[in-house]
Amino acid sequence: MMADAKELLKVENLGVCFIHGTMEAHALRGIDLSFYEKEIHGLVGESGSGKTVTSTCIMGLLPSPPGEITSGRILFENENLLELSQGQMRSYRGRKIAMVFQEPSKYLNPAFKIGEQITEMLRLHLDMNKEKARERAKELLGLVGLGKDGRVLDSYPHELSGGMKQRAMIAIAISCNPRFLIADEPTTALDVTLQLQILRLIKELKDLLGMGVLFISHDLGVVKEVADRVSVIYAGRIVESSTKGTLFDKPLHPYTKLLMLSIPDAHRRGQRLATIPGRVPDADATPSGCAFHPRCPLADDRCKSENPELRGNEDGHKVACHHAGESWNI
Amino acid sequence: MDFVKFFARRLGRLLLTVFIISTLVFFVVRVIPGDPALIIAGMDASPEDVQAIRVKLGTDKPLLSQYLVWLSSIARFDFGTTLISGEPVIKLIMERFPLTLTLALLGISIGIFVAVPLGVMSAVKRWSLWDYFGLVFSQLGMAIPSFWLGMLLLILFAVKIRILPLFGADTPAHFILPAVSLGFARAAIILRMARASMIEELSKEYIITARAKGLTERMVKYKHALKNGLLPVITVTGIQFGYMLGGAIIVEQVFSMPGLGRLFLFGIYQRDFTLIQGGVIFVAIIFSLVNFLADILYSIVNPKIRVE
Repeated sequence: MMADAKELLKVENLGVCFIHGTMEAHALRGIDLSFYEKEIHGLVGESGSGKTVTSTCIMGLLPSPPGEITSGRILFENENLLELSQGQMRSYRGRKIAMVFQEPSKYLNPAFKIGEQITEMLRLHLDMNKEKARERAKELLGLVGLGKDGRVLDSYPHELSGGMKQRAMIAIAISCNPRFLIADEPTTALDVTLQLQILRLIKELKDLLGMGVLFISHDLGVVKEVADRVSVIYAGRIVESSTKGTLFDKPLHPYTKLLMLSIPDAHRRGQRLATIPGRVPDADATPSGCAFHPRCPLADDRCKSENPELRGNEDGHKVACHHAGESWNI
Repeated sequence: MDFVKFFARRLGRLLLTVFIISTLVFFVVRVIPGDPALIIAGMDASPEDVQAIRVKLGTDKPLLSQYLVWLSSIARFDFGTTLISGEPVIKLIMERFPLTLTLALLGISIGIFVAVPLGVMSAVKRWSLWDYFGLVFSQLGMAIPSFWLGMLLLILFAVKIRILPLFGADTPAHFILPAVSLGFARAAIILRMARASMIEELSKEYIITARAKGLTERMVKYKHALKNGLLPVITVTGIQFGYMLGGAIIVEQVFSMPGLGRLFLFGIYQRDFTLIQGGVIFVAIIFSLVNFLADILYSIVNPKIRVE
């Protein structure tokens, strides 16, 4: 853990349930996450594991119904965000907590110029007038690598390439100097060559603006590239959480180990890439005990009945597994 | 630059449409049995008289040369003279057109100003009282024929209550009931389109972005969704307006208004084929022109369409 890191946002025991008629789907089953200033916290998991629900809750945008927050707190600047009214929450969104989405071509409004999509936030949150907001938007575009001449201000999204659109999306997100940035799979829809550029940009901006970042990805390889701290989520629970170095050097949870084996690695060139058998359980049919036990090579009877708690050791490495650190024959 | 190209492309399409329609009309009229010269001359005319009329009409020449003459006169907006009165067709049309245009403008205004807000509200507040009112309104609008609504309105406001005039087109008051009976049906169609399109836009991903930016719900809905949601409404409104500019035969008949509809109806009664032919061409040109303008307007609101 970084010695001088200041805690910025904390998710405590967050539980979310989706109700469809009589069916209840427990999307999040009590997760804890801590985010620090100037730190990128990667949240990794397969699709359906609860990554996006987590970010939606932090933004205060969980659609309700069908979604319902059943437990927990989200602490930010001494406030529990879950207790704020929609109006109060709106003054945090975009202003203090901002978000970058997966597919910029869908998440940018096709009918407005990039300039307008940036300046409307500046005018709303920071009370800037038109000229000042436009000046600031121009600076922001320079900051995200879209040129200092402000040409992109008068472009519509369809006139930009995929990478440029994502840069514009990032410019929108950081426009009001947010304290906390959520990046939900920001590079998944991009070419591999662009991915690295965008990751680098997010890192640079994090340092420049001193933001805390929640970086959501299904790709442990991408997270390894960008994150300072990593949490692994499975079936609505955090199963392992640590600083990046510790996690990648000494993964303790069998799920994390299996995920790592599925990253392509130059040292194992020519070998078959490992896959994890089975799939993430549906949120309305989570297995008893440890939710991972049907897919786990170490599972025994205890795992089927008793859900392991997330426990930390002295260096802050947390893991939820009855067989943490044990190895098996691959 | 994109816009100039787009404009030129659409203009080319407009001219092509008019050309194709002129050609179709020309050949359809020639294929229909019956020699116009015989109709004009009457049953008892001598072959010499009939031939003289053919020379006058130009129907004695080969088909191809007739066709070329026809195209060049269409290009000059010369639709010939009517068979019955010998007046230029374009003059008759232009006498009637202002009334039809006024009626169409009033009708489409009712359509736009009633239906667009109602449709948008229905979408934003789905399954609310607004929405049910909108649904009932659009069902009625589509089910009730304009002329029948016109007659009911006449009975109510001109016969029973007597606050509006019965027949004619002399004062602005004469236009109220016909405009309402025409506009109601248009409003129904526009409302459905506005509602459906807004519902679709409100489910798009950029709406999530707008909310994540901390914008007020008002900005999310009436700025971000509305600008996209109105696009299909422009197209539909253009088509509806085009229809109305062709004249509203039955409504004009009900209210005794001398518009294009009645002129063309008269032409059909009289078997006046130059009048009918000119009428069809005129309506086709106006219809294409309105659609052209709607496309241009669309491209101003949504620049993405310019690069197809």
